[in-house]
Amino acid sequence: MRLAEHSYRTVAAIRGPLLFLEEVFSPRLGEEVLIVYPDGSTLEGEVLRIEESTVLVEVFGEPRGLDRERSTVIFSDAVKQAPLSAACIGRIFDGSFRPRDGLPMYIPERWEPVTGAPINPAARARPEQFIETGFAVIDGLNTLVKGQKLPIFSCSGLPSREIAAGILRQARLVDGEDFVVVFVALGLTYHNYAYYLAVLEGMGGGFVAFANLADDPVVERLLAPRLALAVAEDLAFERGMDVLVVITDMVNYCDALREVSAAREELPGRRGYPGYLYSDLASLYERAGRIKGREGSVTMLPVVTMPEDDITHPIPDLTGYITEGQIVLSRELHRRGIFPPVDVLPSLSRLMQQGIGAGRTREDHRAIANRLYRAYARGRDLRKLEAIVGRQGLPPRERQMLSFAEAFEERFVHQKGRRTIGESLDAGLSLLQEAEGEGS
Amino acid sequence: MKSGRIIGLSGPTVSVDLPGLQLYERVYVGHQRLAGEVVRLERTKAVVQVYEETRGLALGEPAEGSGRPLTVRLGPGLLGGMFDGLQRPLQALRRETGPFIRSGTDPFPLDLERSWHFSPLKSPGDSLSPGEVFGTVEEGAFVHPIRAAVGGTLASVHRGAFTLDSPLATLKEGGELFAWQERPVREPRRDIVRLSTSLPLVTGQRCLDFLFPLSKGGTAIFPGGFGTGKTILEQSIAKFADVDIVIYVGCGERGNEMAEILEEFATLSDPWRDTPLMERTIVVVNTSNMPVAAREASIYTAVAMGEYYRDLGYDILLLADSISRWAEALREISSSLEEMPGEEGYPTYLGSRLSAYFERAGVVACGEGTGSLSMILSVSPPGGDFTEPVTQACLRSAGALYLLDTALAHRRHFPAIHWGQSYSLYEQGLGRHFCAEVSGDWDPLRIRCRELLQQETALSEVAEIVGLEGLQDRDRLVMHAAERVRREFLCQNAYSEDAFSTPQQTLEKISTIVAFFEDALARLEQGEELDEILKG
Repeated sequence: MRLAEHSYRTVAAIRGPLLFLEEVFSPRLGEEVLIVYPDGSTLEGEVLRIEESTVLVEVFGEPRGLDRERSTVIFSDAVKQAPLSAACIGRIFDGSFRPRDGLPMYIPERWEPVTGAPINPAARARPEQFIETGFAVIDGLNTLVKGQKLPIFSCSGLPSREIAAGILRQARLVDGEDFVVVFVALGLTYHNYAYYLAVLEGMGGGFVAFANLADDPVVERLLAPRLALAVAEDLAFERGMDVLVVITDMVNYCDALREVSAAREELPGRRGYPGYLYSDLASLYERAGRIKGREGSVTMLPVVTMPEDDITHPIPDLTGYITEGQIVLSRELHRRGIFPPVDVLPSLSRLMQQGIGAGRTREDHRAIANRLYRAYARGRDLRKLEAIVGRQGLPPRERQMLSFAEAFEERFVHQKGRRTIGESLDAGLSLLQEAEGEGS
Repeated sequence: MKSGRIIGLSGPTVSVDLPGLQLYERVYVGHQRLAGEVVRLERTKAVVQVYEETRGLALGEPAEGSGRPLTVRLGPGLLGGMFDGLQRPLQALRRETGPFIRSGTDPFPLDLERSWHFSPLKSPGDSLSPGEVFGTVEEGAFVHPIRAAVGGTLASVHRGAFTLDSPLATLKEGGELFAWQERPVREPRRDIVRLSTSLPLVTGQRCLDFLFPLSKGGTAIFPGGFGTGKTILEQSIAKFADVDIVIYVGCGERGNEMAEILEEFATLSDPWRDTPLMERTIVVVNTSNMPVAAREASIYTAVAMGEYYRDLGYDILLLADSISRWAEALREISSSLEEMPGEEGYPTYLGSRLSAYFERAGVVACGEGTGSLSMILSVSPPGGDFTEPVTQACLRSAGALYLLDTALAHRRHFPAIHWGQSYSLYEQGLGRHFCAEVSGDWDPLRIRCRELLQQETALSEVAEIVGLEGLQDRDRLVMHAAERVRREFLCQNAYSEDAFSTPQQTLEKISTIVAFFEDALARLEQGEELDEILKG
């Protein structure tokens, strides 16, 4: 511990959100600093790199108004920590954990580093408890389980917002308990943010929101999800709650990372994103999970709006490599008025096998899911052929597969209101029976 | 002990002003004594790649050299263990520090309290040469020979129960022999006699064993985009492969998957012996959120363990998921060292490091018998694009390519191995082996099966235009038979009884389909209606 506060007026250079300081004594990597502007206002920052006594500091906030001569930087001797307390439930914060709802900040029970520590793989409990989202296409074919991270891959203009809101409203655990929702808005417009806020306030369970809107500082976009996850881990693993973390939109997060990386003059990788994008994303996504011998869980639903509708773009690509599956939305289904417009073929839940079957959902779940998938995939294959030879040119059995695919989209994927898992499976079963009835 | 202080910090690399260090020497930095490795030496400073979280380290904190490179400790008790990339025992770590991994903890990797049984093969007065076996320990179902680290004349030899912290023998020249030894991980064993590979490694996957067989001591890669079933295939192979010991490396992958593996392996039993599967498995895991430098080291830690058991005369299979994450860790470290980048930001030495790594697989002579180390590494190409540097660098050294196809995976054809683009360089040699050991039909059937699949590919292009009904009867029969090959033979459900198929079962299955095709073809030529034949 330092006996006195260390403050410096030795700013050598300012480059975007980066400050270069000289002659700093014993700085720490990742140390939290307070930057005092010439006009007396303050901002937080973090030490990024240290070479001899030259220190590179990243400013969380708007660097406008900083100067070299009169700005002061105060070193805290500690890495950035999140203030934790159960009192955070029901509150809204900005990307630096300042209250956004006009209420005073609570008194934290304890502080933890925002980056957290990796869960020991030997201590992880296997995610296997079914979460009913109320959407047949998710519950039936891409089942979500507690402790899973399952992103929604959307395209611009598709209703990912409505789907995320639907899940927030409808999600139930098997024992009927509600989730505590940790909501992270990254670079959202006020319009979207207000929509989500109304949903959160109308929910039964509690929520904590971290909002970094489109005109808020870019660097805070990197901090907000980490603060939110520190809170989620505390609620889940220290207080035994089941936490659902919704982060939207990860593309804004990655773009912020790219912006900061470019300012740091790092070597750009694919599409200008830094080479460590995978590890950086993993440091967020991997914080989902369950721990042996502890009650709670962290389940994560990040929303990724794929640039150019391209699933091979680095952001959805790397996300897909880390998360346990993905829910992919389709522009074509949306155009035909189907909601939720989930394209079943590229969607996947890797942890589904453990979460379904007798004792979890229903004994025939796996069989129904496999049959639906296979029949629909066949129908979709035939659509290409239909485009060439026309429907009349196809033999009767194949015409039937085509109508099955349509009925599947219109009656299984498309839905109004909430369906229980039983209703979802029955809907699938009746589609299959109809198709077979016509076949014989 | 040499000591100095930290003079620079940047991500996972730390500069220290410690004189007299060697390249790749293990260094401890900071008050918490975080482990690291020297990666660059300059006149006034050394750059250390630190294996743990560097956040919170301060300028001026102490640094200390150890005089030794990064090593693994090898001895009884590795089997069934779970280690991180630096061989820290994760189960013990969990007991010590709780469910989260904290920096600066460094427990001994092997259990020092566990009691083992030693049966000496030598008596006092016998002389030992370095590396000679002087006794054995029972490790589960395995007999674990203990080799002498140094040579000399035995003064006393222990018999019976012992723990790893006590010596097994003393030498007249002074010095003690322990049941465990220490090996640098980055240095391959040089003092070995390599043999060429000739025996198959049966994976139980029909598609692999029949079309693209792997030999013991061979290397294979399987690249595939996300959702193509890499992990499930890798786990199936880990469960069923016909080897003595499996080393599974979770390199920069998902934590929940590792939890799944551990839970499943603990309940399953070894298909080749009647012991729990976990007893033949070593898990090395560095999930994607654990420090990158330790991820880079993890594949070396694993292969050093593999070489150890190989040299004791066992057949080892090393499975790594995925080598791309290792390459990315290499890239991250290289870029924090500000090295000149090669293709896509990867360092220019990516290819040579990979080929040197692949070269650590192989069959070696040990005493009377042989030991082998085979490798199957998965590759995660960005965007599913196989022209990227890691896939291409692997292809230069790997003996077999199992290409996982996204379109097949979307059709739920698992394992999604693309039969047109995959290959195995071991096919010829192993085909002869299967012909001799299983059935003389093996090779002819394989050729027939390939033909069917190739014809189907050509015909399906035509069928796309004219429709299936527009094809000639003979071609429709080919399509039908090829579909059966795909659905009944190549597809294998990893969650069912069918997850493992012996070479005998594999052969029976394919010969039934081929026989059906030959028979139907003959009937067609005699003028029977195709629809009648297919109704059967």
